[in-house]
Amino acid sequence: MIRRKRPAAPGTERFADAPLDGSLLEIDDVKTQFQTERGLVHAVDGVSFSLERGKTIGIVGESGCGKSVLSRSIMGLLPSNVVRHGSIRFEGHEIGSATGNQMRPYWGTQMAMVFQDPMTSLNPVMRIGNQITESLRVHFDVTKEYAEETALSLLTSVGIPEAERRLREYPHQLSGGMRQRVMIAIALACGPKLLFADEPTTALDVTVQAQILDLLKQQQQERYMAMVLVTHDLGVVAGRTDDIAVMYAGRIVERAPTRSLFEQTRHPYTEALLKSIPKLAMPSHSRLDAIAGRPPDLVKVPPGCKFAARCPYAQPKCLTDEPPLIDPDVPGHSYRCFFPVGSQAGADALGRNLAAGETATGLPVRKEGEAVLTGVAV
Amino acid sequence: MAGTGTAHLRAPDETLLRVEDLVVEFKAGRSGLRVHAVSNISLDVKEGETLGLVGESGCGKSTTGKAIMQLPPPTAGQVMFQGRDLTHLSGEELRRTRTAMKMIFQDPISSLNPRRKVEDIIGEGLRVWKVGSKDEQAAKVDEMMLAVGLDPALQRGRRPHQFSGGQCQRISIARAVVTDPKLIICDEPVSALDVSVQAQILNLLEDMKTRYGLTLMFIAHDLAVVKNVSDRVIVMYLGKICEVGSPDVIYERPAHPYTRVLLDAIPVPDPSIRPETRAKVIGEIPSPVAPPSGCRFRTRCPKAQAKCADEEPKIAEVQPGQFVACHFPLAPGETLPTRNGSGPVAG
Repeated sequence: MIRRKRPAAPGTERFADAPLDGSLLEIDDVKTQFQTERGLVHAVDGVSFSLERGKTIGIVGESGCGKSVLSRSIMGLLPSNVVRHGSIRFEGHEIGSATGNQMRPYWGTQMAMVFQDPMTSLNPVMRIGNQITESLRVHFDVTKEYAEETALSLLTSVGIPEAERRLREYPHQLSGGMRQRVMIAIALACGPKLLFADEPTTALDVTVQAQILDLLKQQQQERYMAMVLVTHDLGVVAGRTDDIAVMYAGRIVERAPTRSLFEQTRHPYTEALLKSIPKLAMPSHSRLDAIAGRPPDLVKVPPGCKFAARCPYAQPKCLTDEPPLIDPDVPGHSYRCFFPVGSQAGADALGRNLAAGETATGLPVRKEGEAVLTGVAV
Repeated sequence: MAGTGTAHLRAPDETLLRVEDLVVEFKAGRSGLRVHAVSNISLDVKEGETLGLVGESGCGKSTTGKAIMQLPPPTAGQVMFQGRDLTHLSGEELRRTRTAMKMIFQDPISSLNPRRKVEDIIGEGLRVWKVGSKDEQAAKVDEMMLAVGLDPALQRGRRPHQFSGGQCQRISIARAVVTDPKLIICDEPVSALDVSVQAQILNLLEDMKTRYGLTLMFIAHDLAVVKNVSDRVIVMYLGKICEVGSPDVIYERPAHPYTRVLLDAIPVPDPSIRPETRAKVIGEIPSPVAPPSGCRFRTRCPKAQAKCADEEPKIAEVQPGQFVACHFPLAPGETLPTRNGSGPVAG
């Protein structure tokens, strides 16, 4: 444990000893499985990526795609029926198989998490002030007065009016948005280098969501933190991340710099997700391009491409071979697909399926869908 | 916002449902205070139309929907449905009249009885009202299941836990439509669903509306979803109406500052639209126990003036088909202060 009498403002001094660039987090072939009565659930199945200091990555996918399990795997916050494989390196230290006790020095000071539901993740019988100072006093040898001063400045910096009074209040006295601000203050208290925000605004109203997302971005930039933003909403990550990883059935199916992902979408799942969202710019009563079917059962994962059963581009090859995650066209834009969107192979595959009226998996594709399926508007 | 008035209502003979001066208040514990959930709202729905009711939590949109169904009856106001005022009907009369109105709820799983089979859930209304023989009822249930995309032969005897959230919402829709209602009030029917499933359900609602000649009231907090299904949209804030109009008009040229702020708060799946250049959101929604005087949005409005605290704005037409309750409506092209500080300064 680091002993210091009077640390500088939280979050400003912790990285002073470390280089300001380079990889902060490297994860390689991480697999997280859960033992259940039905069998082994392959929640995360071979995910690799690295994250540099001060960068933000968005992890996007529908419920059950493994995005939350992935961030909890990195934090080491998993239930006891878990089976873990793969390597997770944080600043070069391997933490992939660390126990809770071994992770303790990391939590708060190195990495912290903001959870979805601010009501259930705050302690209802503890004053706000004590919840913020708790980790400061555990990790650093600071006086009570100093910890309280810090809590006050943290609460002010996350935009809570009358911070001094709020310190002595309990969570139920605060609104949902204010509680999420408190959660953020707690996560930031010990100046982590990496912040996980797991659906941080899903429980909040849209105007409050905008405020909280702006706050997260501002704090992330001021503190030069790396951030993992986990969400099901492609709109949330579009304006606020450097990179995006789209997950499906426990795997990353497409990973690219944010602009590239939206402008040169390669994976049919990403394309389908983007098309299924109703957009403000569309006239009312526009027919939505829904994705047929459901994600696969993670206990009995089918061979081949996991999205094949719902994919309008699917060919016989997709049913037997799983495409690797590679970046053949643009460095940094990787995807798992043999017949990517926007390529000749993809256009041919779609053309064959439209001519046949169905894909290799028997999914019907309609002729009138042609204009929609090949349309560029997103 | 905060407006009252009936300027946006259409002729009573054109409408299927007409609600005037609806007030819903609840007691706030034993404090003697009252929660002003809905305060003097008027609205109407034409036959075959979809009315979207949109706003943040606490704006009274769900309470409005339930008060129309008399669940519970409103504190004050009139609910005219097919020419009858529901608030004055007795229990049995209300029960009969209400067969023409149905509701679809947000959480598809908890709104279905877990111990009953799907065929019984869908067919219950037919049995209660003794519509046709047993065989006719079974045939009707099968027809409904097919219409919502379920396989009767395979799934008729299953129970709700054997279905996904999207499928449960399909069952809810089948249950609502089976007794041939006129009006269906959908209370956040897709907000618990994943985006891909949400699109399936929205498309299904549109199909069912056309096929069975339904009139819909669609309550949701997602403006894009509401725009997609609605012919007319009402934007609500803290128990009052802000703006009424066709979604294509009010989303393009919002006249109420709140509509603008709400639209700009939505995260757009387009990285070229920078969040910092969009309208700034001030503060949080006040408590409905002690709502602000005058215009209820004034505490968060960048255009608020002294008049907004003293006088409640009335709903008025700003251009054909667009109604707004604001003393200082936005001119076309007028912008609000942005999050990075550019634009006009708050007055």
